[in-house]
Amino acid sequence: MNLLTIIDYGCGNIKSVYNAFNLISKKKLKILISSKESDIKKSSHLVLPGVGSFESCIKGLKSSNLIDSILEKVSIEKKPFLGICVGMQMLATKGFENGEFMGLDWIGGNVKKLKKTHKHLKIPHMGWNNLEIKKENIFIKKLKKKINSQEISAYFVHSYNFETKNSDDKIMSTHYGQEITAMVTKNNIIGVQFHPEKSHKFGIKFLEAFLENEEF
Amino acid sequence: MIKIRIIPCLDVDNGRVVKGINFVNLVDAGDPVKQAKFYSENGADEITFLDITATHEKRDAMVDIIERTANECLVPLTVGGGIKSVDDMKNFLSVGADKVSVNSSAIKEPKIITEGAMKFGNQCIVVAIDAKKIKNSWEVFINGGRVGTGIDAIQWAKKVEKLGAGEILLTSMDRDGTKKGFDLELTKKISSSVGIPVIASGGIGKIDHFVDGVVKGGASALLAASVFHFGEFGISEVKKHLISKGINVRMDY
Repeated sequence: MNLLTIIDYGCGNIKSVYNAFNLISKKKLKILISSKESDIKKSSHLVLPGVGSFESCIKGLKSSNLIDSILEKVSIEKKPFLGICVGMQMLATKGFENGEFMGLDWIGGNVKKLKKTHKHLKIPHMGWNNLEIKKENIFIKKLKKKINSQEISAYFVHSYNFETKNSDDKIMSTHYGQEITAMVTKNNIIGVQFHPEKSHKFGIKFLEAFLENEEF
Repeated sequence: MIKIRIIPCLDVDNGRVVKGINFVNLVDAGDPVKQAKFYSENGADEITFLDITATHEKRDAMVDIIERTANECLVPLTVGGGIKSVDDMKNFLSVGADKVSVNSSAIKEPKIITEGAMKFGNQCIVVAIDAKKIKNSWEVFINGGRVGTGIDAIQWAKKVEKLGAGEILLTSMDRDGTKKGFDLELTKKISSSVGIPVIASGGIGKIDHFVDGVVKGGASALLAASVFHFGEFGISEVKKHLISKGINVRMDY
């Protein structure tokens, strides 16, 4: 049986992520919330949630001593990995929230504060926004087959944007005063700025596609 | 561009929805979990629960409701009413709430906003402001609108933003329950004074009031209770109307 581990490092809306996978797993998948290396080693899928500041999340993750075992799963065993919100931002080279902090640097780029491009732009970017597909990879093709609607929207809540170094890594974007990276992908690594676990039916389809994903 | 959010609010007393809800044959009128599910399947962009239980001992019922709702409804959930400490916040967030709303406790002890924001992130902390017009300004009221504080609502809104609030839920005490529409002057003053989103609440009676809240009030989200509960408008009906007025809302549900 496949095992999906939601990595618990003290930061995140872990229960919501668990609930969402639990709704779609149909008992075919075991889901764990864990901070144990032994669970990560047994996993077929890894999910890294993250809520709060870049600094508090990356410090929490580093002090968990789980990065090496996660990296082994992701880069050697090539298991599907999903980072959500700050869990996605941490994939970047550096984060610039209240200082300058090194990220995991799995996908090149920097995480920078949203630009207040006009006076009435509210920050955080909070609420539902449309997703625009920038690059049609295998995952997106699979996702599109599951969705009937022409328009897709997802729930965002954040004040920082992952500015990817290589535009090829940016798979989906949204617009809020500027273009915002909504989804990044590199090989078997997916990161999303939006919250699929809070994005109703679209979110479910997205997570289903992630579970079915073997190749990218 | 971001969509204007429509948020139904459920008032819960000791585990049951109050303000008698009129969905005959659709759902158990008093069951907050079924109500929330109904709304989430019919276009609610978020759901807010307000715990109006008078006694502290019965508040555990609300934690159970949030947990059961979060198991089934994959839309953001906010819970407010009687939150007095960071531990109270944690009790709700750990079972699946996404945001907590503070009101009286933030007036009494403003550092609860900062402490909550530091621990859970600004996006988690909603500050509810109940305001009443006194001569030419608006005063913040607490304890369910019963007690005046002498604090100016606009100044308070600016202060809560600085303290770390991620959002303001603004209710006009003058309009709440009147069906005369939002206090647009107040909504505009607050929304243009702060850089965080403002949810307008209190007074919806006509479908055009929703439009006014956005166009004239500058609100990022619109919260209503009885007009949805009594079936006066469906959420989809409201959204279609907003679209016809050029306002962007989420229809892919």
